Amino acid sequence: MLGTRAARTGRFLWSAWAGMAGLSVFAAIWQLGHETYGSFILPAPAETLVSMVGLLADPENWRLIGVTAARALVGFSAAALFGTAAGVLAGYHPAIMRLARPQITLLLGVPPIAWIVLMMIWFGNGAGTVAATAAVAGLPVVFIGAAEGIAGRDRGLDDMSRAVGLGPISRLVRIALRQILQSLFPALTMALGTAFKASIMAELLANAGGVGAELASARANLDVAAALAWILLSVASLIAVEYGLLQPVRAEAEAWRESARPWGVKR
Amino acid sequence: MTVLQLEQIGHAFLGRTVLDGIDLAVKAGEMVALVGPSGSGKSTLAHIAAGLLDPRRGRIYRSYRHHGVIFQEPRLMPWATAADNIAFGLVAHSRKGCPIFRTRVEDAAARVALEPADLAKFPAQLSGGMRQRVAIARALIAEPDFVFFDEPFTALDVALKRRMQDIVIDTVAGSGLSGLFITHDLSEAVRIAHHIVVLDSHGRGVAGGRSVPSSPGERDDRMVFETAHAFLTEDRLFAHVNDYNERSIT
Repeated sequence: MLGTRAARTGRFLWSAWAGMAGLSVFAAIWQLGHETYGSFILPAPAETLVSMVGLLADPENWRLIGVTAARALVGFSAAALFGTAAGVLAGYHPAIMRLARPQITLLLGVPPIAWIVLMMIWFGNGAGTVAATAAVAGLPVVFIGAAEGIAGRDRGLDDMSRAVGLGPISRLVRIALRQILQSLFPALTMALGTAFKASIMAELLANAGGVGAELASARANLDVAAALAWILLSVASLIAVEYGLLQPVRAEAEAWRESARPWGVKR
Repeated sequence: MTVLQLEQIGHAFLGRTVLDGIDLAVKAGEMVALVGPSGSGKSTLAHIAAGLLDPRRGRIYRSYRHHGVIFQEPRLMPWATAADNIAFGLVAHSRKGCPIFRTRVEDAAARVALEPADLAKFPAQLSGGMRQRVAIARALIAEPDFVFFDEPFTALDVALKRRMQDIVIDTVAGSGLSGLFITHDLSEAVRIAHHIVVLDSHGRGVAGGRSVPSSPGERDDRMVFETAHAFLTEDRLFAHVNDYNERSIT
């Protein structure tokens, strides 16, 4: 068991080379843009990296990233919790699904900017506004992921577990929730990214501290290198949360898929 | 002694009657095969008898301790290993931490001729026959005294089907358990069961029943073939068993 886990992690780390190759192409295009437009419009990737390292030298900046990440995670957790619960309910009951569908369209249709304005009026310029915006932004995706997972479950397994003598609660936990993971995990990944983006935007607009406020001051000072460095940092923190938290959980839950694949195409 | 008795069972899907006035009794230690043409409501009746579906009308009397169900498809959990799938049969009966747990899983696997090396595999890594074996082991691990079979071997090829039938004869019909075996294959019914019940082709009651001579483990191929052939050609009761209607609900 431990061996397969180590092998999985090793394979995953090794696959980072491919990711690095993709990022290098991106950096090359970035460099091209820099050479065309000059440092003022678009600083070179290397310059940005240097200013990012400079930012990281200051513990205060670590705190700021922590603040933003904490807000995004609070919003994400709320979205994951409510979205999953509501999605499971809607997946079981077509009537609730029909009632919920238009609300989801409504939630998706309202631009995040509008939410920020409303939240600022309701919660003031603080962490609450930022987390709530992140939650609202991530909720519809999680809801749809969970609802689709339940609606598309294998009903044969329900009958089977009833024949084995399981009650409704154990059936939900052991059979249904297990099956929704497949559609829930991509939704959670997307919701996490959305939560980070929405919180930085909310911080910038509400001037609520964190990375967003730093971006705002970089804009005010026309400091493009600093702005790009902050963007890099927020992307890095998102990647850290996704690959440090979400993907390991997913790999653990979906280990059977790995073994179901024929040899040679393990990814 | 009767361990399962169905009285005047009737059922309808969306107002369309699929079963009506079904009476059926299974005695202790008896394997009853229920045959009928496709679309006659055999599977529905099995689901009702096993308590997976509530009938619209009628009563069910059960006097066995508990039952196991083997479905047409293996219905294994794809995320669990064969061992965990087999152990799932015990989930309502005992805790996973029990030390005897492992040995019970291994015993159940051995009864259906699964090797210990197969137990660590996931269903996707097993062949169709192995999956159905895991499903049988899952039904047998809780030591039921009654087993429902809902056309379990329809999807398997001829050789595998024989092997599976032998397993059923060894583990259920030959060892004193009772069971209800749904099938549309008359020779399968003749091979496995003590008694064959024929469902009316439109689910309106039971058309009749015939006992099969000698007991399940002692029949040879010749006897099975000849009995099934005689039933089909000479007995009017079986005249409609091989009819089929693809459009009706099974």
